[in-house]
Amino acid sequence: MTTRLEQLKNALVSSLGEHIRQLDASLGELTLVVGAEDYAAVASTLRDDPALRFEQLIDLCGVDYSSWGGRSAPDRRFAAVAQLLSLSHNWRLRLRTFAPDDDFPVVDSLVPVWPNANWYEREAFDLLGIMFEGHDDLRRILTDYGFVGHPFRKDFPISGNVEMRYDPGQKRVIYQLVTIEPREITPRIIREEQYGERG
Amino acid sequence: MAEIRNYTLNFGPQHPAAHGVLRLVLELDGEVVQRADPHIGLLHRATEKLAEHKTWIQSLPYMDRLDYVSMMCNEHAYCLAIERLVGIDVPERAQYIRVMFDEITRVLNHLLWLGAHAIDIGAMTVFLYCFREREDLMDCYEAVSGARMHAAYYRPGGVYRDLPDNMPQYLPSPYRNEKKVRDLNENRQGSLLDFIEDFTKRFPVYVDEYETLLTDNRIWKQRTVGIGVVTPERAKALGFSGPMLRGSGVEWDLRRKQPYEVYDRVAFDVPVGVNGDCYDRYLVRIEEMRQSNRIIRQCIEWLRANPGPVITANHKVAPPSRVDMKSNMEELIHHFKLFTEGLHVPAGEAYAAVEHPKGEFGIYAISDGANKPYRLKIRAPGFPHLAALNEMSHGHMLADVVAIIGTQDIVFGEIDR
Repeated sequence: MTTRLEQLKNALVSSLGEHIRQLDASLGELTLVVGAEDYAAVASTLRDDPALRFEQLIDLCGVDYSSWGGRSAPDRRFAAVAQLLSLSHNWRLRLRTFAPDDDFPVVDSLVPVWPNANWYEREAFDLLGIMFEGHDDLRRILTDYGFVGHPFRKDFPISGNVEMRYDPGQKRVIYQLVTIEPREITPRIIREEQYGERG
Repeated sequence: MAEIRNYTLNFGPQHPAAHGVLRLVLELDGEVVQRADPHIGLLHRATEKLAEHKTWIQSLPYMDRLDYVSMMCNEHAYCLAIERLVGIDVPERAQYIRVMFDEITRVLNHLLWLGAHAIDIGAMTVFLYCFREREDLMDCYEAVSGARMHAAYYRPGGVYRDLPDNMPQYLPSPYRNEKKVRDLNENRQGSLLDFIEDFTKRFPVYVDEYETLLTDNRIWKQRTVGIGVVTPERAKALGFSGPMLRGSGVEWDLRRKQPYEVYDRVAFDVPVGVNGDCYDRYLVRIEEMRQSNRIIRQCIEWLRANPGPVITANHKVAPPSRVDMKSNMEELIHHFKLFTEGLHVPAGEAYAAVEHPKGEFGIYAISDGANKPYRLKIRAPGFPHLAALNEMSHGHMLADVVAIIGTQDIVFGEIDR
């Protein structure tokens, strides 16, 4: 399997060249990081180059890195991560790009390259507020009609901001601020490298 | 002259053929579908967000509740992702148990799909037959995990416990007399493996029964042949996977192409369709049930001959046995740390995919080294399939939309997450 990974790595280096910001191989998977300005162009090369042939976009999601606790935190907050699959070569690749502006994250849309990016990008917009330039139907998809905010951002509380209940006085369903206290049963802990090792 | 306008129809969210909570806004020209706009998210529970606030093991039972008709396959992808990040090996026996239960799950899923699809199109009987067989397989789930659906049986590093030596039996009750109970318990005298083996002997005959009812049925063919045709090129571009992709004639099966666990050691065939219509996808899934049956039989044979551990001995990942925990200080500490703080996953990211009954089910996990995931993304196979509904139903009649939703094998637990 390593040789296959090397083969893919070489093919990527030879066809993308200076567009590659970073190319990591770890745990048997390759991750390609490109700049936001090259993102769409790289995607169509990945699909059309006969040496690469990533015909399928398997998945696309947004990531919010703002509360990263580990070492080497990325310097940008939002990233769009696509998982690609080539049926003809039988290999996978992860393509990541960081949105240049943290306050108004925009990256290019992949819909012209892979049509099924449509719903995935709507989802990333809905949940993380990443805008996709060139997407012609960027509506919310998973949250309720008229939802406010982007729930998968790290600063969005897990209990949400508003709750819904029936108000007997007004005889209708109303929204109000959440009344439940946030609580954390198991704290989030990052241990140092050698924690719990013997000797 | 009167102006002719398209008619907009709201289909669902409580329509029985919408398979759960799909709200479909259809634009109709007479009875012909011009545009279909699925509105999803009515079952959105933010599983991925919840997982960020729970330890790695605490979110495992959520996986059952994604695609709630193929529970163990979801867990499988989640466990594979954790195992890849932590870098642990799974004992061989656990791998065979996982493969066997993956295939049982595939049969369970396809049986529900077949029954629901047939009843949507108007064939009532198949539904009853399918549920009869599902009952036996649910009993296997129950025998091994205690739950008939949401098993939480796969764990990072193996499976929760070994297969039971005794199959649970029916007890007499005011509703069942002695003779009835004896008949029901006839194939439950031995172990779970004996029961499953008995099932695999009966099952091909059952599949023949479904085929007698449907395969050459004139009405069934009129409703499915030539409906929702997808060319291989479009199927690839739209991100199809599993039977939806194979129905279009693309030979792609992760069990064969990127084998995980012991799929490279069992023999099975990958059925492929020709025309890419609903009927071909039906044939593909029927054949998959027969192939699953074949895989289950091979697993039973191996499991009979090879006893051994079913979960890793690395107690940073899997809990120690109760006896060790009570008698050994170090194991007690491991146990305590594992259940209070949870397991720590090294920083990194992994995407693990399995050939789920509906297609490729993947878990993309990012860890920053904590005891909880930093980000978890679930790649649900139904999501791109439903996204293609507009394209697949364009130009078809209203009634064919039901056939297309049926053939896509939509389950909202995984699409809405």
